[in-house]
Amino acid sequence: MDPLDRVVKPKTKRAKRFLEKREPKLKENTKIVMLIKGGNANLMVTEVLKDIYAVKKPFAVLYRKKNITRPFEDQTSLEFFSKKSDCSLFLFGSHNKKRPNNLVIGRMFDYHVLDMIELGVEKFVSLKDVKNSKCPEGTKPMLIFAGDMFDVNEEYRRLKSLLIDFFRGPTVPNIRLAGLEYVLHFTAVDGKIYMRSYKVLLKKSGCKIPRIELEEMGPSLDLVMRRTHLASDDLYKLSLKQPKALKPKKKKNISHDAFGTTYGRIHMQKQDLGKLQTRKMKGLKKRPAEKAAEDSGVSPKKSKSA
Amino acid sequence: VEEVLAAAEEQEAEKRRSVVVEKELELEFDLGNLLALDRNPPPAAQLRGVGPQREVQLLALARDNTQLLVAQLWELPAERAGGAGGPLVARLPEPTFRLPREKPPPRPKPPTRWEQFARLKGIRRRKRTSLVWDEQAKEWRRRWGYRRAGGDPARAWLAEVPAGADPEEDQFARLRREKRERVARNELNRLRNLARAHRAGSAVPAAALHPTGHQSKEELSHVARVARVSTASLGRFQPRLPKEPAEPPSRSGGRKRRFEPLLGNLAAERSRQLELLKDMGSKKPVLDITRAVNKQLRQDEAEAAAAKGKKQSQRGKRGRRQ
Repeated sequence: MDPLDRVVKPKTKRAKRFLEKREPKLKENTKIVMLIKGGNANLMVTEVLKDIYAVKKPFAVLYRKKNITRPFEDQTSLEFFSKKSDCSLFLFGSHNKKRPNNLVIGRMFDYHVLDMIELGVEKFVSLKDVKNSKCPEGTKPMLIFAGDMFDVNEEYRRLKSLLIDFFRGPTVPNIRLAGLEYVLHFTAVDGKIYMRSYKVLLKKSGCKIPRIELEEMGPSLDLVMRRTHLASDDLYKLSLKQPKALKPKKKKNISHDAFGTTYGRIHMQKQDLGKLQTRKMKGLKKRPAEKAAEDSGVSPKKSKSA
Repeated sequence: VEEVLAAAEEQEAEKRRSVVVEKELELEFDLGNLLALDRNPPPAAQLRGVGPQREVQLLALARDNTQLLVAQLWELPAERAGGAGGPLVARLPEPTFRLPREKPPPRPKPPTRWEQFARLKGIRRRKRTSLVWDEQAKEWRRRWGYRRAGGDPARAWLAEVPAGADPEEDQFARLRREKRERVARNELNRLRNLARAHRAGSAVPAAALHPTGHQSKEELSHVARVARVSTASLGRFQPRLPKEPAEPPSRSGGRKRRFEPLLGNLAAERSRQLELLKDMGSKKPVLDITRAVNKQLRQDEAEAAAAKGKKQSQRGKRGRRQ
């Protein structure tokens, strides 16, 4: 960010709010996706972009015009778009003979490209083709990744992180249990990645937990991984760094054990055990004569009986 | 026969309603993100089949995984939002899966000149009321802005001539001029604070050595040079890469300290010795006592103010906890 931007003083409250929304914050905004068509995008790729836009509304921006760029060669135009629209995720679709039905999915850090992965679409079933009922727009999807490839292979691991970032949606503190309707399921098998979206139907079961039935809905893609442009390890670590203020403050002197019992620790001053409040036993009560005698250090020969 | 059929049917119904799912490896859950990770290798043989068979298999796998995830979500502490009749809402934990940030975390801004002074003197911010009583209008009005308490400054029809001012001077023009000057001074100070912050920010060299992904060739070569020189022998024995250009020989030749040659510039040596003798002989002290004392006093004041501020905040915290 050049110093020229910073010296510009906003003249209206609205401009000030606009700038404040874009500056780096402790707790960040939800990431917005930009969906871009390449110079030679075909029908399938445009359909994919439109469906992903429908799924990710309102945190997505669909660019209507074709942009003749090549993300893997030159990233400046992507970075320019990202800066203008304040988007940190992008999905670029193109098609040519060498790479048919190409999708480049990527994310930015500080308006510069962090990771980019090129995926080829082999089969695509769009929202319109599946005739079942859909869930409302903007539902937070449940994400499931199946397959050991997502852990073993480094590129697949980054792809998993990228897909979670992509489809995550806003981070919410509470969620309505009956509103869990959308699930995105990714399976990595045989070098291919199958992405399926299902609508969740909660059926009665004997116990508290409902029985799940799934209904195919929404876009389903068969993807194959092509080229990748991943960030170096230290740049990735730098981007993962969270400011210290976000770490939850640990409460001192409180501990939990395995059974869920909470233990607290109280620190007290030294107690004078002579002045402890105990139960009153009248027989043991010191009589005034005895007390006086004790004070003077002489025990009485006679004691006045009460 | 009917009993057997009934039993079989009941078993079928039981299976259809069951929420139990068997898996080899337990799934990993991140409930803050509504995420489930299944590490079991998928049945590749079954999924290789083309067409609807594969879809059925995928659906079954997805159903099992979703069942497990929903079971976990239903375990969370839930409450009824909006009274007894409202929907059941679960409280989600913080997301644990680490995802990269959008932008780097904000760097703390250095304090402005006023903030430094206020900290030194121990001046704290006084909270002002938003409304002020206006005697003329007999109502509560804003402190500044639309319909402010002192009346609209643009429609002030009277400007008193202050004692000792030139009677011919145009007071309205003077007021306008002074306001313009005040605004200009405020703007100047704001820009100066910004420039100071910008300078302080870019004076951090450590940040320049971290990879940012968008450093230019010059910056990268600078970083490479710094890395090469950061050895115990100052880069004298570092092997070079095949195409790396040879570094021009540095003036110190890889040594930390340099000494002048014994029989070098005789004139410079003589002048240096004479300067030294003059300083030793002069009555003026080399150390300016007053300046040193003032500097020390200011430092002490700053420390005392910081300690007082910390103690006050601690005391305040203790008082509030009760």
